[in-house]
Amino acid sequence: MRPDQEIIQRWITKDSRVLDLGCGDGTLLENIRQTKNVRGIGLEIDADKIQRCVERGINVIEQDLDKGLSNFQPDSFDTVLLAQTLQALSHPDQLIDEMLRIGRRGIVTFPNFGNWKSRLYLSTKGRMPVSKFMPHAWYDTPNIHFCTVKDFDALCAQKNIRILERRVVDLKHEGSVSMRLLPNLLGEIALYHIARG
Amino acid sequence: MSKQQVSQETRTEHSFAADSVGLVTPALYHFDEPLELRSGKTLNAYDLMVETYGELNAARSNAILICHALSGDHHAAGYHSVDDKKPGWWDSAIGPGKAIDTAKFFVVALNNLGGCAGSTGPTSIDPATGKPFGPDFPVVTVRDWVKSQHRLMQRLGISKWAAVVGGSLGGMQVQRWAISYPECVANAVCIASAPKLSAQNIAFNEVARYSITSDPNFHDGRYLEHGTYPKQGLMLARMVGHITYLSDSAMRAKFGSASAELESTTRGNLGRDLRSGKLSFGLNVDFEVESYLHYQGERFSANFDANSYLLMTKALDYFDPSVDFGGDLAKAFENSDCKFFLVSFSTDWRFPPERSRELVETLLRAGREVTYLEVEADQGHDAFLMPLPRYVDALRGYLNNALEETTRDAS
Repeated sequence: MRPDQEIIQRWITKDSRVLDLGCGDGTLLENIRQTKNVRGIGLEIDADKIQRCVERGINVIEQDLDKGLSNFQPDSFDTVLLAQTLQALSHPDQLIDEMLRIGRRGIVTFPNFGNWKSRLYLSTKGRMPVSKFMPHAWYDTPNIHFCTVKDFDALCAQKNIRILERRVVDLKHEGSVSMRLLPNLLGEIALYHIARG
Repeated sequence: MSKQQVSQETRTEHSFAADSVGLVTPALYHFDEPLELRSGKTLNAYDLMVETYGELNAARSNAILICHALSGDHHAAGYHSVDDKKPGWWDSAIGPGKAIDTAKFFVVALNNLGGCAGSTGPTSIDPATGKPFGPDFPVVTVRDWVKSQHRLMQRLGISKWAAVVGGSLGGMQVQRWAISYPECVANAVCIASAPKLSAQNIAFNEVARYSITSDPNFHDGRYLEHGTYPKQGLMLARMVGHITYLSDSAMRAKFGSASAELESTTRGNLGRDLRSGKLSFGLNVDFEVESYLHYQGERFSANFDANSYLLMTKALDYFDPSVDFGGDLAKAFENSDCKFFLVSFSTDWRFPPERSRELVETLLRAGREVTYLEVEADQGHDAFLMPLPRYVDALRGYLNNALEETTRDAS
């Protein structure tokens, strides 16, 4: 299993209710259904991915995260998950508020723009980074709200959100001691386990 | 097979498509136990006309109930004779290898009480008078239908449906099943439906009813005793209804074959194809769409009983399962014990996606497991009867997984 998924699984308690925002083809929900007996629901807008969820018996609701989550009741889930989707949202800050309204806990993962590779690219080439990590040109990317580990820490502080645990991994989804020491510089994917302050 | 079970003959040399259930024969089930109705009235005895497709497995765990909509009946798939021009009303979805796969499932379809296709309804003889019930047939509600369907289920020796499936008014029966008989439903498949009608929906139904009851041949509903029927009224009712089943875009496409030629100058003709190539400058039928509505109205009025139509529209208007729960529909679903699968269609303005989203929100509030798809489709409300790839694939995927789950649970 990918280390980022392993970290996420560790943060999810047994027999809990999980809402996965941007659940993709339902792989993660299926995994935690098997390992943690989780009752999950995913939200997704891609028709092919929804079909995959349906075929494997994952509850999925076709819903655009940018249109809000007002159809979900406060405290109706134990954990609300937002994996690698934050940077594609119109209003990521509002969605995080919504996550912690609906769930007691939140899990957010995103590509860390503060990683040294992005910094080097921008500082040497003077242009927005394009790489395997971030394959889109600036004008044609679904990723409209990149942020760094420091940025996200600041947002949590501003919103009085408690960070229960923060982890960073590289693109191979592996962590290291140096990454723990310099997460914003070395981490390529950031994982946050958060709760209301 | 018992005689109650419909014989499903193998295809003849006239050869139906490989994914057709082929020739089917309906069967009539008689029930002697009185049925107390929502209205307080009672049907002392009644018949249900039923068709089944596929085989019930040994565990009796692969049964699917199909609930029909306003003008549907028990003939959901296949053909009654090799000369039939059209198959059953949902043949696009029911058959071997189709979304509702009769090679895997035992599919049950019936004509609801109050209908006019063989089950007890206004055209049946009232044993008390020896005459057709006509307007004296009691008003039946979705709840009453589901109660009768539950008795049919018991008669068939089924204790739990793998799925109850229905679109539109059929989807309302699905909701009622999940609320009234939670132990009998594993999956509720509710397509292009709504938790209750809006004022606009009721308004259209009232236009339909008024057109029937104001027809001079209606005779207060006793038209059969007068040897006639309110043809004009039924036609008008169906024409209005049909407009609400289609979308603007569907009508543009259906009646706009000339658009290709005109495209360069007019960017499509908005479905204004002419019947004879020129305008009549009179009150004749000029446009294809007019002629189509007339045809649909004619065909329908020749085949459907006016009193049944009135009853069906009333059942639609009255449907609101929240009434027993202080107006809170989520409370109604709190005891449900099934998974829900909902689909809506983008151009459906009779039961638009917002209505299905309302239902999704309610089910979430009730803590239920829900899957919901919003399918892009041009066909309006009628889309639920069309073999649209995304819709059909999802329905197939959902039901096949549901069968795996029930089999897994059973073992």
